[in-house]
Amino acid sequence: MSDIPLLKVSGVSKFYGSRIGCRDVSFDLWPGEVLAIVGESGSGKTTLLNCLSTRLMPTAGSVEYRMRDGQFRDLYHMSEAERRFLMRTDWGFVHQNPADGLRMTVSAGANVGERLMAVGDRHYGKIRETASDWLTRVEISTDRIDDQPRAFSGGMRQRLQIARNLVTGPRLVFMDEPTGGLDVSVQARLLDLVRGLVNDLGLSAIVVTHDLAVARLLSHRMMVMKDGYVIEQGLTDRVLDDPREPYTQLLVSSILQV
Amino acid sequence: MATPLVVSEVFKSFTMHLRDGLKLAVVNDVSFSVGSGECVVLGGPSGIGKSSILKMLYGNYAVDAGQILVDHRGKVIDIASADPRTVLDVRRHTMGYVSQFLRTVPRVAAIDVVAEPLVARGVDAVEARDKAATLLAGLNLPRDLWNLPPATFSGGEQQRVNIARGFITDHRILLLDEPTASLDAANRKVVVSMIAAKKAEGVAMLGIFHDEEVREAVSGRILDVSAFSPRKAVAA
Repeated sequence: MSDIPLLKVSGVSKFYGSRIGCRDVSFDLWPGEVLAIVGESGSGKTTLLNCLSTRLMPTAGSVEYRMRDGQFRDLYHMSEAERRFLMRTDWGFVHQNPADGLRMTVSAGANVGERLMAVGDRHYGKIRETASDWLTRVEISTDRIDDQPRAFSGGMRQRLQIARNLVTGPRLVFMDEPTGGLDVSVQARLLDLVRGLVNDLGLSAIVVTHDLAVARLLSHRMMVMKDGYVIEQGLTDRVLDDPREPYTQLLVSSILQV
Repeated sequence: MATPLVVSEVFKSFTMHLRDGLKLAVVNDVSFSVGSGECVVLGGPSGIGKSSILKMLYGNYAVDAGQILVDHRGKVIDIASADPRTVLDVRRHTMGYVSQFLRTVPRVAAIDVVAEPLVARGVDAVEARDKAATLLAGLNLPRDLWNLPPATFSGGEQQRVNIARGFITDHRILLLDEPTASLDAANRKVVVSMIAAKKAEGVAMLGIFHDEEVREAVSGRILDVSAFSPRKAVAA
């Protein structure tokens, strides 16, 4: 058990004018830990995710990340170039809509290879080999390597987006409703895949979802958000099996039993 | 060596906010301990709070007050107040749990479900699968089921997968929630002998067994949970 967190979040707030996006959020994320942020639409979970991943500037608070050299850096005191480099190498961001995270008009292989080139890989044969290996890991047949993602189904596109993100060996992956637009059978396959990859690679991840089943399957720990505030947090199975707050009880009791 | 598990003055209630804040007291002032090599059985009628006690010990239910002290890698951890990653570390290395029902993950084969707790501790995958195979064979699970996901298994088959998963590690504490409920007599005997082997290894066990024969066979001591029930005054 590592004693140093990977990410230290303290007092993060985001206001849109006088409206609250998220309010005074603090937590530590540890290496290998998967944190789920759940809540209904408009609860602030995506705002928080965007603030943590530097896609959005918070109004107040700080987010510190432990770089590969072991030093903590405040994400909002980095240069834009440094943040971009972090995003391309040490981090991944899996969007709900794969079209937001992929380049739809270049081949599947190039989508994966591009991230490798961003970290300095130049050998074409090696890049193609790694890309093909990653397609296999996300269960895309390698004979589709030269096809463009627009020719892929929704589930395949999402798996390709995951391969594109993981190919550089990131330590932290942000996911925004990763199973959002997929039908259930495809969801189960994707979740199982993500779960396996996260375990094998020892990744840390922050997953935003409104689906409590996704949170249960993927996460170690969860935070429940309502009206911009974190109202309850703890071990995932504790929050789901013994919810304490009125709103969490409502969420859990609203799950349809199959 | 410290006592593996000490429960001290634990209180638990549920507040049902969707029912106008109705408060249901579950157990009051629970105190007991389980020593090394001991199998303590939680006794008492249904609904008295036996499963709730196991779930609190495992960190699955929060407690209102009190301490749950576990000897974890030479340090005493209070599950009642530990942070999530400490609880997960205790589960990975010190405290195992065999639930009544298996929560299956889609697409994972039975043998890998069983091997997973070992793999999570860094044991080589092949070695973990070998040990899983030995356990499944011992529990008479047909070999052609091993590579299938357990979602479609019968209740008894799922329960055997669950038992194998719980017994595969050398956790020093094991919580058993009716591990023999849906097993036939032959397999109940297998489980009884597995529990006896764990006792001999010095594992501290706490269990719920409705089957009297099993209870007699495994238990040194029965802890009557009715004594902790807020409803005992009414029952008396």
